[in-house]
Amino acid sequence: MQSFAKGHSKAAWIAVALSIFLFVFLVLPIAKVIYVAFQDPHSGDFTLVNFADFFGAALFQQSFFNSFYVACMSVLLATIIALPLAYYTTRFNFKGAVLIQTLGFVPLIMPPFVGAVAMVLLLGDNGSVNLLLDEWFGFTIPFMSGLNGVILVESIHYFPFILINLSAALNNIDRAMEESAQNLGARGMRLFRRIVFPLAMPGYVAGAALVFIKVFDDIGTPLLLNINNMLAPQAYLRISSIGISDPMGYVISVILVAFSIFSLWVSLQAMRGKDYATVQKGGGGLSKRDMRPWEKTSCYAIIIIILIFVLSPHIGLTLLSFGTVWSFSVLPDGFTIAHYVTIFESASGYITNTLLYAGIAATADVVLGTAIAYIVLRTGIAGRKWLDYVSTGALAIPGVVLGIGYLRTFHDFQVPIIDKPLASWWVIIAIALTIRRLPYALRSCMAALQQISVALEEASENLGATKATTVRRIVVPLMAGGILAGFITSFATAAVELSATIMLVSQESDAPLAAGIYEFMQSSAGRGPGAALGMIAVLIVGLGTYLSHRVIERGKREREAVAIIAEEAKANV
Amino acid sequence: MTKFIPAAFAAAFLSVLSMLSISPAAAASGKLVIVTSYPPDTTETVKKAFEKVHPGVQVEMLKKKTTAGIKYLQETQSNNTTDMFWASAPDAFEVLKDDGLLAKYSVKQKGIPEKVGAFPINDPDGYYKGFAASGYGIMWNTRYTKAKKLPDAKEWADLKNAVYHGHVGMSAPSRSGTTHLTVETVLQGMGWDAGWAEWKSIAGNFKTVTERSFGVPDGVNSGQFGVGIVIDFFGLSSQASGFPVEFVYPTVTTLVPANFAIVKNAPNTDAASAFIEYLLSPAGQEVLLDPKIRRLPVNPATYANAPKDFPNPFKDKSIGAAVKFDLALSKNRYNVVNSLFDVMVTYRLEDLVAATSAIQMAEAKAGSNPAAAKLIAEAKALVAKMPITEAEAADEGFNAIFKTKRKKATTKVKGRQAEIEKEWDAMVVANYTKAKQLAEKAMGM
Repeated sequence: MQSFAKGHSKAAWIAVALSIFLFVFLVLPIAKVIYVAFQDPHSGDFTLVNFADFFGAALFQQSFFNSFYVACMSVLLATIIALPLAYYTTRFNFKGAVLIQTLGFVPLIMPPFVGAVAMVLLLGDNGSVNLLLDEWFGFTIPFMSGLNGVILVESIHYFPFILINLSAALNNIDRAMEESAQNLGARGMRLFRRIVFPLAMPGYVAGAALVFIKVFDDIGTPLLLNINNMLAPQAYLRISSIGISDPMGYVISVILVAFSIFSLWVSLQAMRGKDYATVQKGGGGLSKRDMRPWEKTSCYAIIIIILIFVLSPHIGLTLLSFGTVWSFSVLPDGFTIAHYVTIFESASGYITNTLLYAGIAATADVVLGTAIAYIVLRTGIAGRKWLDYVSTGALAIPGVVLGIGYLRTFHDFQVPIIDKPLASWWVIIAIALTIRRLPYALRSCMAALQQISVALEEASENLGATKATTVRRIVVPLMAGGILAGFITSFATAAVELSATIMLVSQESDAPLAAGIYEFMQSSAGRGPGAALGMIAVLIVGLGTYLSHRVIERGKREREAVAIIAEEAKANV
Repeated sequence: MTKFIPAAFAAAFLSVLSMLSISPAAAASGKLVIVTSYPPDTTETVKKAFEKVHPGVQVEMLKKKTTAGIKYLQETQSNNTTDMFWASAPDAFEVLKDDGLLAKYSVKQKGIPEKVGAFPINDPDGYYKGFAASGYGIMWNTRYTKAKKLPDAKEWADLKNAVYHGHVGMSAPSRSGTTHLTVETVLQGMGWDAGWAEWKSIAGNFKTVTERSFGVPDGVNSGQFGVGIVIDFFGLSSQASGFPVEFVYPTVTTLVPANFAIVKNAPNTDAASAFIEYLLSPAGQEVLLDPKIRRLPVNPATYANAPKDFPNPFKDKSIGAAVKFDLALSKNRYNVVNSLFDVMVTYRLEDLVAATSAIQMAEAKAGSNPAAAKLIAEAKALVAKMPITEAEAADEGFNAIFKTKRKKATTKVKGRQAEIEKEWDAMVVANYTKAKQLAEKAMGM
């Protein structure tokens, strides 16, 4: 009992420290942004005039509408892509299931803004496909003109979210329900409409809300496609060309945050209370059947079309990185490795910066994630749930808003020894990445900790170990798989984050990969080096995702073994 | 004692020798922070060449668009960490000079003439210096124009032609110092109303207004659109990099120096001076001829090493002779011109393009009909209508509204920028819509 109380107070101090960190670097900047949005720029009084200006100006009305439209259409297009794929894997004995699984992972390793440029060259109004179409058939398809470009790039990147959620939802439907419906005479469309669809809905809504919020907040893709009349790019443009005192940037930030919180809430609500589907025994998933020949051909045809679109950014980027001059032609004029040579000569700074920032962010994330998970799940400290809520709330804060918040809050604060404003010191970029990736790492750590039976910790304490020793020698090693997976995912996604970094990078020597790619893509001597750098970014993310996948798989197997041991231990007591 | 004297002599002799061999340039060391709007092609190439000659100096480039760079210097002036400002637009430097953010410097390098074209190369007050000259013009993608059968454009007026509809790209003055200069050049060359009318007619043929000035040469290079309105070195460097593009100076253009200046209270003035001296030296000027940069040097002697057909403003006096650029005028109405262009063109591009398209179709179909011609002329006048006059635009009090900080307490700020832009926007949208209706009516005749 003595040791328990002692450990409890240590945990309390850690909880306080965590709260301070989250407050200073998450709550305070966002509060500042909201405060400035409601502040009159000249007098400093509370006012709604900035919002009135926003909703009264045609440009911002249009930006608001465009952002909303693009987000909704992206969800729609992503659903259209994901639906047939989910249908074929869950309804049929489909041998190409591995192919679909790959389809569900390949888009996520290419950051959308990197692929956007390459897609313009392939699918743009004067891109490869349209040049051929025009030559052979005399018409062109506006794949990438205007907002269509943003919608296409975003849906191709984010449809895996919907695919995964939809597949999981369909797989969780109890076969017994389908059979009883069929027994009562429901078939085909009616069965789908009355049984399958309502049961799959929550999973779908959760995924769709997540895609909506990510597209709504995305800044890189519209900027690189030269679409400026959307909310997120407007916030960036206002702050970067007019200054951090421009009220419009803050108004837009408030709107972005409000919508993000709403979408996040919808997503969480949809998945709450739907556990009943997973608990029941009796065979998961709808009954599968073999495909008839015509179904097989249509299935493969659809999959191949989707595959071509999904791979277009990858193909385009590879061609661009190896191409010499690619101008108004189906393929580049020639091929060379000169761009990669340029990159290795001059871009090593970007890569070292990225490794540094992403490394710091990922390490901080798993340390914070483990600490918060332990406090929330294993201690009784008052208000611990709020640590979880606030950390997860970081999901609702768009990167550009976090960047603006940091600039505003910290540009006056001088770091003591370095003698620079905190907002210009490179460490702020690492902190921003930490905050942005914390929700994912936290979920990993919470899931890992939930799998560990409390019995093991109690056994350790019964043998005389203190709480701290138990955590160090028992809990953390058992969580290792989840921690490692969280680290790798944090690292891989932080390495290509653009929204917050583009606001916070104040000098070129501090720029990480994503900012470097953005900078290189602005060269009138050709985008080859930018594309080469993009390929390196894709490799990093791809490698990270694969490693994380392997670690999780191995962790699952180990946990199953440990769970059996814990069960036996309980039974023997 | 005897041992001491030769040693003393030796020491004195050596120190005199070493003093003679120390040139001011070799003494420069440390970090040199430059706020610049130039792309990596220019900054990296110059930085590498400079660091070879001055190995003790470590150059750091802070990349900011011209307007963002001005804001940055204004915001950090109480705690300045920047040594130099390096950008194209002289009016940006005028804005900084007025705010007292620049330091005076006298160049030691010889061989730089007083003027290029009709424009003085250096600031007469001694704050900023020109290192290269730039003109503005038209670049096009030869494969694109061949495929779409577009004629080569030689003058701004050519771009108003209906054949270019949807094929032209440009950036906005608020986003690009060089674009701002281009817009100002035509405004000064043709007059306020005629100049804006010209810009709006050309803009009616736009496919896009790019986010940064680099978006224009990139769009032309990759074939997204066929014709771009750019600063000369974009066209020339794209050509030198192997893209199938051509560049031409129209008659109404001006040669304006690109500049650099030392910031007031700079942490490392030695390194900054070394940088200026280097870039103005024959070796530095020759770096400007690099295929990735391709800017017009201000040292006439450098042109001897230039490639064939490289424009030489010191030999060819016709480039930029038509317009005598008035810097003071440009500076006075800097922010207003930015806002006007954005409200009338950038953010209403769809409406403007639709109205222009209707006018062009009406002209083609029913231009000879006198009643239709009258309607078309009315429509054109509506599109060209300006919400404010030239005098109003140059008014100091009016301009102050478009700044977020009031520089002088005496400058009265009536109303807010957002309010005024909203008024203009309403007027502009109504005019474009009405113009379109009139043109459609004319088409029916």
